[in-house]
Amino acid sequence: MNIAEAKTIDLKNFLKQANDANKELNALISIADKPGKLGSGELAVPCFIKDNIVTLEYPTTCASKILENFQSPYEATVITKLKAAGVWVAGKTNLDEFALGASNENSAFGVVKNPIDKSRVPGGSSGGSTAAVAAGLTPFSLGSDTGGSIRQPAAFCGVVGLKPTYGRVSRYGLIAMASSLDQIGPITNTVEDCAQVLKIISGVDPKDATSLPVPVPDYPAEIKKDIKGLKIGVPKEFFGEGVDPAVDKKVKDAIAKIKELGAVIIEVSLPTAPFALATYYIIQPAEVSSNLARFDGVKYGLSLGADDQIETIEELYKKTRALGLGHEVKRRIMLGTYTTSAGFREAYYDRARKVAQLIKQDFDRVFKQVDVLISPTTPTVAFKLGERANNPLAMYKADLLTAPANLVGIPAISIPCGLADGLPVGLQVMGPQLGESVIMRVAHHFEKNYNWREL
Amino acid sequence: MKISKTDVKHIASLARIELTEAEITKYGEELSAVLDYVDDLNKLDITNVEEIGQITGLTNQLAEDTIKGCEISQKELLANAPAIQNGQIKVKSVLGRET
Repeated sequence: MNIAEAKTIDLKNFLKQANDANKELNALISIADKPGKLGSGELAVPCFIKDNIVTLEYPTTCASKILENFQSPYEATVITKLKAAGVWVAGKTNLDEFALGASNENSAFGVVKNPIDKSRVPGGSSGGSTAAVAAGLTPFSLGSDTGGSIRQPAAFCGVVGLKPTYGRVSRYGLIAMASSLDQIGPITNTVEDCAQVLKIISGVDPKDATSLPVPVPDYPAEIKKDIKGLKIGVPKEFFGEGVDPAVDKKVKDAIAKIKELGAVIIEVSLPTAPFALATYYIIQPAEVSSNLARFDGVKYGLSLGADDQIETIEELYKKTRALGLGHEVKRRIMLGTYTTSAGFREAYYDRARKVAQLIKQDFDRVFKQVDVLISPTTPTVAFKLGERANNPLAMYKADLLTAPANLVGIPAISIPCGLADGLPVGLQVMGPQLGESVIMRVAHHFEKNYNWREL
Repeated sequence: MKISKTDVKHIASLARIELTEAEITKYGEELSAVLDYVDDLNKLDITNVEEIGQITGLTNQLAEDTIKGCEISQKELLANAPAIQNGQIKVKSVLGRET
């Protein structure tokens, strides 16, 4: 279901279809009990929103026991903007708890299944959002992307997912996870739809001091421009160790097709990019440990405060967090606590922030030579449910090719570019900061000329 | 980098998370594996490299210093609090004695 089709949809049928499909997929945490009202704007369609973005109509759980009954007293800026454009928010989607994960198996509300193959993960952390779009339950969804959480599940489910430039979209109302990396972005079936949603949610917001005071281009018009002569960099480090040969081949075939459309292909090198994942897994947990300190059983959420056995506030914090937070969330909090603690900060956190500088210098240099970069979105196609659940490092490596864009604040889109063993392969297009138009342009021309389901 | 049980207990205490003995063992192994992986960064020369800052280069965003009303009422703001007394969030004794 794309946006144009959704404009004429019967909302009763829409809800019934979503409820039926959800029994198997578990993609939704909340859903409206009756049809709501569409507005009169350009985007008068229903949608589902990732459940770490606050809404007035539904609880916001972050798929965590600690926020199971949390009802936000305010709504996110992106929600206000969507409503002004005509959208009806019909429910909230499942995710890895606090958006920490790459498989949607770390949810207090249960695992989400991949609609393409229900024995496989949908990816994460926005797995509920991508599964809902892939299953045709909604024309679009919003996700959040800190190290690949929009693009990686978009690749696994065969849909379009875009992480905008850091600050392009207001994060007011997105429950903070790693504040120097988080961005909200659209998940859609087509690049045209992606451009339309992005145009609506982008722009400066006085309520988010990191939002960029830069005019929003007319993305749907921009993506129609020709790609003849556009310089496309292929970074060799993104095709190296750990990338499955079948994924490698599909992406290289797609690059050859983009060349046929008139673009110029240039091999480039980003020597520090292979260090991005390790850098990410220091910086991100460090910020998580700080941001998630607020979930302590005092101000909101689950609390053991009524337990008479607990006498001190210290005990209240420790027991509430032990009960309310899941295994992966605790692991990241402890990792971040360790790498920022006295005696270790210099060796880990400070070093990682210096390496991030080197990675940024590499990207800056390459973007002087080329307009965009193309790579696989993920090293593999969707893996089996449970396959990596007990191996945190293997799970973390699903972010290998997506984390660099977050570290350097650049926009990146994933589009499906073919099938390997019947499973979608994601193609990632990265651009310089505020280069959303050019990356969507390349993606749109590929999508317009080739049917990925036949590649 | 091998993380000992004592280290795990210390980190958990700093992070205000109570752990069981089984969790202490498990987290010790898992955190050690991740730290081994991130030790890869030692291969890079970072001499004279500055730490990364605000990635888009945006600096202070200033607002007029004027008083505005709050859009949300006190009642709505306190609705999620586990315990309230006289319009305040009620907590356990912070100074370690019963009130």
